[in-house]
Amino acid sequence: MKSYLKYLFAGLFFGFALVKSEVISWFRIQEMFRFDAFHMYGIIGSAIIVAMISIQIIKKMGLKDSTGTPITIPPKDSSQITRYLAGGILFGIGWALTGACPGPLFTLAGAGYEIMIVPIASALLGTWAYGLLRPMLPH
Amino acid sequence: MLELLQQPWPWYVAGPMIGLIVPILLLLGSKTFGVSSNLRHVCAACMPGKIDFFQYDWKEKGLWNLVFIAGTVIGGFLAGWVFNNPEPIDLSQQTVKELQVLGILDFRGMMPDGLFNWQALATPVGILVMVAGGFLVGFGARYAGGCTSGHAITGISNLQVASLLAVIGFFIGGLFVTHVIFPLIL
Repeated sequence: MKSYLKYLFAGLFFGFALVKSEVISWFRIQEMFRFDAFHMYGIIGSAIIVAMISIQIIKKMGLKDSTGTPITIPPKDSSQITRYLAGGILFGIGWALTGACPGPLFTLAGAGYEIMIVPIASALLGTWAYGLLRPMLPH
Repeated sequence: MLELLQQPWPWYVAGPMIGLIVPILLLLGSKTFGVSSNLRHVCAACMPGKIDFFQYDWKEKGLWNLVFIAGTVIGGFLAGWVFNNPEPIDLSQQTVKELQVLGILDFRGMMPDGLFNWQALATPVGILVMVAGGFLVGFGARYAGGCTSGHAITGISNLQVASLLAVIGFFIGGLFVTHVIFPLIL
């Protein structure tokens, strides 16, 4: 269990940043989809740039993780175009309706918005429904 | 010090901090950042039914991520409860005006209190926003193979075309709800 403690702290850091950045706010998501402020674009954009540079450094230097294993990032299967667009659109509808993506759902619950247990339960049901229907869906 | 912990962070502080989660998880244990996989792991651990998609060793694959998500709940508690920012969010006046037209008048806290509360669960709008919205977050994330963290941040920063497509989809869906659905139902 001790080996998992580091992930608890990484999550804590992430949750703290999600609140202080106000990314978990329904209002901020509305502001983003209305193109009324740079805030969310600045956050997502600068997060991508920092992550991109970090990944390049890790790849170029061939860094190993804390257990000594060489770091590899599994690529996404870019041939399944339908799933990314169809799944993406459905996710976007849910994202705007609840004003939260999966990380913020949990962080909001922690921040005292216990009503978010409802969309979390629904999200679990949605995930389960996808698993059930997966053989029938175009990918 | 207290004030510093309570204050919201500007985007150029918050964004890089969030981006750093990607290398932190890679360096800690070759883990790729993606939150919605947790929903699958919980299904694999708890949900009934013999479904292929949930037949895998969730402890081996996902326990670290479930621990991570427990951390985000604690982070939310600390940042949003213990060191809560008492001021309303500094939103664009344009957004405030447009939402007021739709009948959203309370801008305290992180979400409109009138939409997200237990009583609202008995109304069609409340069910649509909380229950259907949540369902689509879970369904769509798995169908698309990831959410904002897995695709928008990790995938794009790793130059994955698939993730760019997914994010375009996220925006098509979000714009549709914001500009077509909300004016109809709110």
